[in-house]
Amino acid sequence: MTPFRILLGTLAVAVAGSAGAAEYGQFQADKSTLTFVSKQMGVPIDGRFRKFAVSVAFDPARPTAASARLDLDLASIDAGSKDADDEVVGKPWLHVKVFPTATFVSSAVRPLGGDKYELAGKLTIKGKSQDLTAPFTFRQDGGNGVFDGAFILKRLDFAVGDGVWSDVSTVANEVQIKFHIVAAPAAVRK
Amino acid sequence: MPETRYTHTAIALHWLMALLLIALFSLGLYMSDLPVSPQKLKLYSWHKWAGVSAFLLVLLRLAWRIGHRPPDLPAAMPGWQKTAAQGLHHLLYLLMIAIPLSGWLMSSAKGFQTVYFGIIPLPDLLQKNKELGELLELVHSSLNFTLAGLVVAHIAAALKHHLLDRDEVLARMLPFLTRNR
Repeated sequence: MTPFRILLGTLAVAVAGSAGAAEYGQFQADKSTLTFVSKQMGVPIDGRFRKFAVSVAFDPARPTAASARLDLDLASIDAGSKDADDEVVGKPWLHVKVFPTATFVSSAVRPLGGDKYELAGKLTIKGKSQDLTAPFTFRQDGGNGVFDGAFILKRLDFAVGDGVWSDVSTVANEVQIKFHIVAAPAAVRK
Repeated sequence: MPETRYTHTAIALHWLMALLLIALFSLGLYMSDLPVSPQKLKLYSWHKWAGVSAFLLVLLRLAWRIGHRPPDLPAAMPGWQKTAAQGLHHLLYLLMIAIPLSGWLMSSAKGFQTVYFGIIPLPDLLQKNKELGELLELVHSSLNFTLAGLVVAHIAAALKHHLLDRDEVLARMLPFLTRNR
């Protein structure tokens, strides 16, 4: 994850210039979750990713200056059952041998009023990039910043589940993604 | 004169369930060894929908059975055979109830909710639990093979009555078959 670290460093420097006191920038992997709900034959199936890294810089006083990046280890997927896990890493689905990581890089954060915000950026899965916007909420909890959001991803936009699986009557095109990201305040630079 | 035949409703329910259970059993055997594919997901769902239907039908059958006394068994039948016949019928009903329940619970334990016809979600009575899911899979298949064995005994007994005893036991369940005595 070297590019990720460089980016994190860049962000830290960029934000330090603004001298925001309450900036959240240290990703807490053990407190954060990335879950999803897919639908098979009308049956909702819960899934999640076990391994992902987030670099975030968010100051509630200056939300438009915020940025975020996600690096997602696709092989860490739990798709709900062993059969599904074995299947979904394969070529028709995520093809993790060739595309091990999915990324999201933010381009803008827009306040929507209250604790609501909108995140925009580019999501890349399986070598295909798509613009994405997702609403999220921010709250402070025990000194940490907590970001909760959800959006619908259309798997076929990324050729996830192509060939015989592109029939969306079996596995729905829409996958609901939910993120719960916890970040501690960024280290204060002197 | 006492009734010598089951009611039309009981006969219709019996044969409808016979067909449904044979289809469910065959589908269950076939689908479980398939590699993962859209077809497999469809077959599993169809199996579950048919299983829920079978469960509803057996409840309807039981309600009808309680309200409508079946025709008496032939007077010439030895007492032990009557007891055996009654016991077998009780076991068949018990399994026809237990099997769909075990399938439903297995599905929940494996983390797949049952959604009847893809529209009506059935509640998950069990939390997702891998070990319990595997245990219930064993229970579901064991109960099924037990039922299959009992059905074979049930058919063999019906044929024995018809072909060897030459009595009206099988005809009671067949609207077009008459046994003139």
